Amino acid sequence: MSETLVPFDEALSKFDPAMGLEVHVELNTATKMFCGCPTEFGAEPNTQTCPTCLGLPGSMPVVNGKAVESAIRIGLALNCSIAPWCRFARKNYFYPDMPKNFQTSQYDEPICFDGWTDVQFENAAGETETFHVEIERAHMEEDTGKSLHVGGSTGRIQGADHSLVDYNRAGIPLIEIVTRPIVGARENAPLVARAYVAYLREIILSLGVSDARMEQGSMRCDVNLSLAPRGSGALGTRTETKNVNSLRSVERAARYEVTRQAAVLSGGGSVLQETRHWHEDTGVTTSGREKSDADDYRYFPEPDLVPVAPPPEWVEELRASLPEDPRQKRTRLQAEWGYTDLEMRDVVAAGAVTLIEETIAAGTSAQAARKWWLSELARRANEQGVELAELPITTGQVARIQALVDEGSINDKLARQVFDGVLAGEGSPDEVVATRGLAIVSDDGALGEAVDRAIAANPGVAEKIRAGKVAAAGALIGAVMKDMRGQADAGRVRELILEKLS
Amino acid sequence: MPDISRAEVRHLADLARIDLSDAELDHLAPQLGVILDSIASIAQVAAEDIPPTSHAIALTNVFREDVVGECLSAEQALSGAPKQEQQRFLVPRILGDEQ
Amino acid sequence: MSQLIRRTAAELADALAAGETTSVELTQAHLDRIGKIDGSADGRGIHAFLHVDAEGALAAAAAADERRAAGTPASALDGVPIAVKDVLATQGLPTTCGSKILEGWVPPYDATVVARLRQAGLPILGKTNMDEFAMGSSTEHSAYGPTRNPWDLSRIPGGSGGGSAAAVASFEAPLALGTDTGGSIRQPGAVTGTVGVKPTYGGVSRYGLVAMANSLDQVGPVTRSVLDSALLHEIIGGHDPRDSTSIDQPLPPLVESARQGAAGDLSGVRIGVVKELTGEGYQAGVQQRFDEAIALLVDAGAEVVEVSCPHFVHALATYYLIMPSEASSNLARFDAMRYGLRVGPAGVADPSAEQVMRASREAGFGDEVKRRIILGTYALSSGYYDAYYGQAQKVRTLISRDFEAAFGKVDVLASPTAPTTAFPIGDKIEDPLAMYLNDIATIPANLAGTPGISIPAGLAPEDGLPVGLQLLAPALADDRLYRVGAAAETLLEKQWGGPLLAQAPSLESSTAEEIR
Repeated sequence: MSETLVPFDEALSKFDPAMGLEVHVELNTATKMFCGCPTEFGAEPNTQTCPTCLGLPGSMPVVNGKAVESAIRIGLALNCSIAPWCRFARKNYFYPDMPKNFQTSQYDEPICFDGWTDVQFENAAGETETFHVEIERAHMEEDTGKSLHVGGSTGRIQGADHSLVDYNRAGIPLIEIVTRPIVGARENAPLVARAYVAYLREIILSLGVSDARMEQGSMRCDVNLSLAPRGSGALGTRTETKNVNSLRSVERAARYEVTRQAAVLSGGGSVLQETRHWHEDTGVTTSGREKSDADDYRYFPEPDLVPVAPPPEWVEELRASLPEDPRQKRTRLQAEWGYTDLEMRDVVAAGAVTLIEETIAAGTSAQAARKWWLSELARRANEQGVELAELPITTGQVARIQALVDEGSINDKLARQVFDGVLAGEGSPDEVVATRGLAIVSDDGALGEAVDRAIAANPGVAEKIRAGKVAAAGALIGAVMKDMRGQADAGRVRELILEKLS
Repeated sequence: MPDISRAEVRHLADLARIDLSDAELDHLAPQLGVILDSIASIAQVAAEDIPPTSHAIALTNVFREDVVGECLSAEQALSGAPKQEQQRFLVPRILGDEQ
Repeated sequence: MSQLIRRTAAELADALAAGETTSVELTQAHLDRIGKIDGSADGRGIHAFLHVDAEGALAAAAAADERRAAGTPASALDGVPIAVKDVLATQGLPTTCGSKILEGWVPPYDATVVARLRQAGLPILGKTNMDEFAMGSSTEHSAYGPTRNPWDLSRIPGGSGGGSAAAVASFEAPLALGTDTGGSIRQPGAVTGTVGVKPTYGGVSRYGLVAMANSLDQVGPVTRSVLDSALLHEIIGGHDPRDSTSIDQPLPPLVESARQGAAGDLSGVRIGVVKELTGEGYQAGVQQRFDEAIALLVDAGAEVVEVSCPHFVHALATYYLIMPSEASSNLARFDAMRYGLRVGPAGVADPSAEQVMRASREAGFGDEVKRRIILGTYALSSGYYDAYYGQAQKVRTLISRDFEAAFGKVDVLASPTAPTTAFPIGDKIEDPLAMYLNDIATIPANLAGTPGISIPAGLAPEDGLPVGLQLLAPALADDRLYRVGAAAETLLEKQWGGPLLAQAPSLESSTAEEIR
């Protein structure tokens, strides 16, 4: 069912968008939120459970102190107040991937509240703008199990025959971060949404509390959006959009909902308060279940857990040991790396700061790191429609490829083929060089023979060179390179040509 | 004087995922009404400023170390499963949306 | 040999230590007793047990004998058999909680208290009957049929832990574990002439106890003497890192207190009789025996005063809001997806998960459970939370304050444990409110988290059935209960010329059918 849409700019002329972003971060603690089961990704199904995370009758939760610490650090990094005393609460509802049919979460007593963060983004005119986002709360909760839906044609829940549930993920610690309504961003709303999620991700990564990979689900974003008549200052009926699995999706989903809701409202209708599902492939949201408050969660304080009252000294200790703010860090790195403002901005926009940092740490120069990530790899990421971080190549591998160029084993052009090979899954850079036979021939004998062949094939050019027209060597170099399938050092070839023709 | 209607009991049974029969609904509603009646007395008892007790014995900050403990084997975890397949719990088709 | 089963656990431990008997012999004697009188739900037996594990118990007994022979007993009660209420998870043994929804469920883990029993060497005879999910005061709400009171088989043994109390009262086991949320150990103790203790909340681990009301539940001993309860309490009690609400302090000296108290000297002890827990609503014979017991305590040197705990009159209402609320949430996990009964709605070929959940819970839960789930769902609903659950939590604070004020004046509080003696099976089953009133005296301690004990106080003159004396102490002062309880026991047994249970009708006869 295709929806009518009102073009974005037109929508913005009539309506003001308000957004709320809910981000769930999966913590990288060794064990689950309420039990000692491991949290390793990729284990055999149902091998990382115990009576507690399986919700067996009689089981009881015990709070993971490290998760509490991570929650507080996230709150501090977002300028939140830390609750001197708070409790866990039960959120009661039924779903087969929830072992207890309630989620142990926090309700009216979140551990962190009333925070803020400033995000920066580039507007349509190419200028950097700052937007202040208020954080309502960050609280602790637990993840659910994972279901495989079997029998339908799409593997999705609709049309499935039955489902297979794995509870390894049930109980993994989650921190839910909720913004206050984001208003006043106007036409930049989608950009602000993306910038916020991207910056939040940077902060989470700098704290080291999660690997925050949207494509893997360790960071999840729900986009809430509503429209109100322009200038009214009111808040309209909002929809909640899920399945937003990348930064790009955050921006696109927000943008789409603006155009869709504008069409509904312009047509005299009203927006249904519901949960919608984002489809990255088709670029639309589709209707899900109605998000009514008939979902009465019957919250009450979790009686099996006692209150969390972080001692003020502990909170101050954590505050004092917070890492450098990512934006300040970027300023510092830009200076260290010697990038221009424009270059740094492009790096940030591409989400490549950490990637470049790691590549440099692995031994590459700042310029080379930027060159590879922002040209070669960015091009491929765009082609495949993925983020840089999602490409199947590590920063260590990128560093290795540059190292091979530096040591003369390959050149830039061959390096591109090595990238091809690594991204195609053929192996490590060294393996690809070997299997594809990409190493530069440094054996003068073989090179010499190739040069001889080129001279013999191009007598006229050879004559010019003998006559002193050194510039003509270029054509011969080209011929030799072609002969050697690029696997020669052009500089050495030139030397040999001139030697032989002098 | 809280009276609980049959419709309300049905709604509560829905929230609690219990398929009460008509006979049960007829039976339960008046019983619950009587019970609620006697319970309603406490509505006036406590003044605004009385703090609620959620835990009889005051304890705070009970945490455990982030250290891996013992798990059940998959066999043990699945030992009660009404149906299983591929080492997972087989559940009937779930209506509605992905969570 | 039948005399063995009439001894207390402490006496049996002495006999084992003296080499007078072996644990295998002892365990077998109890298994034989069970075989003779327990019968089945349809028959006229006691029906205290839902599951008997002869093989496991005898194997544990053999191991205990080896340890004794080697001079390394695992505990003071090593080799003394015990029965466990079916609400506690026992690895490898079925655990039904008295419900159809868990029929055949075998837990893959042990409750902490069960693990401690095993470590201490007590052979587990089996699992005892109970009101479904501990909801009840008569064991009539068990999905597997009622348990009968050994004093009169046409009467209830109390609830929810009627099975454990009846097993101990009928000499099928010298010890049992029970659980007490609103009186489920103490009230059966009162109506069967046995001793039952609800420890301070948090004093005994709840890990592995299938929760009814988490903020009220406690595991406790069911025995025939105060000393036995103290011995068992010391084995199962103490901090458990798996239970976040468990107290991280050593237990007070319970056994020592019991032994000291047994001398029968109560000089200097101040006892408060709770005005709101006597008088109207209490059966005349119950009140009489209680008053007589108090008089006996005065003779032994105790100072008795009347105290008032004005908010106790709201305890029942408070309890019946908090408990169903927590229970409604605790029982949500029984949804047929991971364990337990799974059925689909009649006539539906390919039911959804939702439909299977609803049909299974409908088929698997009994009436009382459904009643309380609906009640709890109501009390927690948005719009009602403040008026019901929220309010109840506040009244709870007032009840705790009443206790604090009272304990400022006296050392222990006293009341009859239950308002009546054992009533006939079927008498109150259609009247939930009448049933709830059985817990009127026991509930306040659960709300405040304070400990309580019920000891036999005599037989009511009008019906010859047991009456219980309840003592209550401040939180963490469980030792006071054992001291005063042991003293009262000594004085009362002196009056009777022996334990009250010696006056119980005999249960074995020549014909299997007529069990009198």
